[in-house]
Amino acid sequence: MKMSGARAIVSGLEKEGVEVIFGIPGGQSIPLYDALYDSSMNHILTRHEQGAAHAADGYARASGKVGVCSATSGPGATNLTTGIANAYMDSSPIVAITGQVPRASIGKDAFQETDIIGITMPVTKQSFQLRSVAEIPEVIKSSFYIAKTGRPGPVLIDIPKDIQEIEDEIDFNVKLELNGYKPTLRGHPRQIKEAAKLILEAERPVIIAGGGVIISEASEELMELARLIGAPVTTTLMGKGSFPEMDPLALGVLGMHGRKAANYAVTDSDVLISIGMRFSDRSTGAVSCFAPDAKIIHIDIDPAEIGKNVSVDIPVVGDAKTVLKELIRVLRKIMESEKSKVWQEKIKIWKKEFSPKMDYDDVPLKPHRVIKEIMDFLSEDDIVTTEVGQCQMWAHHYMGRSKPRSFISSGGLGTMGFGFPAAMGAKVAKPDVNVIDIAGDGSFLMNIQELATVVENNINVVVGVFDNHYLGMVRQWQELFYERRYSSVYLGNIPDFVKVAEAFGALGIRVEKPEEIKPALKEAFNAGKPVVLDFMIEHECNIFPMVPPGRCLKDIME
Amino acid sequence: MENKTHYIVALVEDKPGVMQRVSGLLSRRNFNIKSISVGATEKLGISRITMTLKGQEEVLEQVIKQLNKLIEVVKVLGIEKDESVIRELVLIKVNTATVSARAEVVQYANIFRGRVVDVAKDSMVIEITGDESKINAFIELMRSYGIKEVARTGKTIMTRGKKIVSIKGK
Repeated sequence: MKMSGARAIVSGLEKEGVEVIFGIPGGQSIPLYDALYDSSMNHILTRHEQGAAHAADGYARASGKVGVCSATSGPGATNLTTGIANAYMDSSPIVAITGQVPRASIGKDAFQETDIIGITMPVTKQSFQLRSVAEIPEVIKSSFYIAKTGRPGPVLIDIPKDIQEIEDEIDFNVKLELNGYKPTLRGHPRQIKEAAKLILEAERPVIIAGGGVIISEASEELMELARLIGAPVTTTLMGKGSFPEMDPLALGVLGMHGRKAANYAVTDSDVLISIGMRFSDRSTGAVSCFAPDAKIIHIDIDPAEIGKNVSVDIPVVGDAKTVLKELIRVLRKIMESEKSKVWQEKIKIWKKEFSPKMDYDDVPLKPHRVIKEIMDFLSEDDIVTTEVGQCQMWAHHYMGRSKPRSFISSGGLGTMGFGFPAAMGAKVAKPDVNVIDIAGDGSFLMNIQELATVVENNINVVVGVFDNHYLGMVRQWQELFYERRYSSVYLGNIPDFVKVAEAFGALGIRVEKPEEIKPALKEAFNAGKPVVLDFMIEHECNIFPMVPPGRCLKDIME
Repeated sequence: MENKTHYIVALVEDKPGVMQRVSGLLSRRNFNIKSISVGATEKLGISRITMTLKGQEEVLEQVIKQLNKLIEVVKVLGIEKDESVIRELVLIKVNTATVSARAEVVQYANIFRGRVVDVAKDSMVIEITGDESKINAFIELMRSYGIKEVARTGKTIMTRGKKIVSIKGK
């Protein structure tokens, strides 16, 4: 069939089942947007391209589908970059579409030209610059396939303007030939057998579940394995929600701001079963004293993660769900008796001893209290997104979540400004659940312009601003490690978030006392419009417990 | 930690930007590229990249794994020096202003199984192939005459015997 490049792109996206695109048009993507005008796909006009990329990311994480964002060339494309890098670090499947100057102008430093392929090369799983109209079906099909399979990640398609305009014969009947891309799904049977043997010998086994468990939808298998071998489960930031945190076997989150019981259990374990996680420094603390007595089984779909940060004893390369199923089958065949309960009793005591206090009545508010009220208010299907910093770690540490995809946070890149547009994307993906962004006053300001987008499109998310007038995490580090020399961290009482919300047409509610929290939440989630809750919290409240950077997981400050 | 010389051969799809991806990845992992050469293979659409790198032994495995992750990279192999033929082609333009210099350079070239590929009034271009030590020795010899220009292709490598770096199928 003969059609323009722009129409071919739109058809290609439709064929991939894309329902929504987050983006902003510009000079070099006008033909594409002209074709979008007639499409059944929904285009949500964000107010900054970074918002579009994070929204696509949030959409992907909430739904498990590929999120799509779009920008024009030059500044539009570079504005996407942080969002692409964020998706790359957290293995989130997005496809980013950028306009480019016409082929004849490439390399001439034309108006709004930038080498976005070059710029994003280190932070994309793959990227394509279209060189002809005929290759559009193949490029789009490969992009979505690469983004969502194996270890997911962002793919960028750069489309010169003339390619959007030219008409050519288009054949959507393409077969993908990716000779260099064949993700390993099934774990090696011998490795799985070895892993099973090691697990049977374990006296103090611990499971660490990472984001890979959520991506491969292996939560059921994770639960089955944990119960079968009586192993407690801790999660990384990315794995939060993969295992219900109220379960007796749940240790809570691991790492720098992890639960004490989790950090202690991992350190004292003799066999560590690490699933779909990459031993990030925020999870392990100092590698030299990380689980010193443990033999480590590492299950991951990305062979490059094996032995990258921590040396492992039994690597199993494969998809978490597929490998766990097989591991459980092998274990069931050779397991004779139930595991001893001594280890589980010890865990129980740790958990009891270190259960966090949250019911503060202080004014200004303690963040713990706010987190507790939000947690009690939400149902397990509701979605919490976070910005980055203290607010994120309060949510991470204190807010129990029990379902995969119900906690969405910027892990690897640590992007302030992620949570709000991600909440927008999540709400678009799951319009029937409540979505709240746990924000700080610093990070909310970094993408606050998206208030216009959510108001205009009736995307009724709630932003809970933990307003402490500081870039709180940096302030905390300056307090603890730099003799309270508060260098450039004071934000002051600017802006008035209630007035800002109102100016955008959202509802703003200031919350100053503990007894006001619940009614405010009730009002917010029934407002029928986006809401900003301005929680006035204690200015110099720190997030504890904390393992200082470069220290062992057991060296906990509180 | 000590930086050592490593050899990696990669078979890649012949597509735009592949060299940029490969070289960018190497520098991001703190590897210095000493030489890199690329050319066609026995299979249509597949190119062979030979890299000589300097970096830490511990990082080498990680670099190979990361290279394997690139979509266009079909096969990657770390090559052991002892089990392979390593060759390089060099063109050297050397000063031969005097008759005796001319005669001597031609003689040396013959001893090293090099060839004179261009002769001008006061210079010659010698083509020589071989392993690193042979080439270095020849270059050292030429220094006394005055080297005007050296162009090296970078190393190209083939494993000895049964071991084959190739792709099955068409």
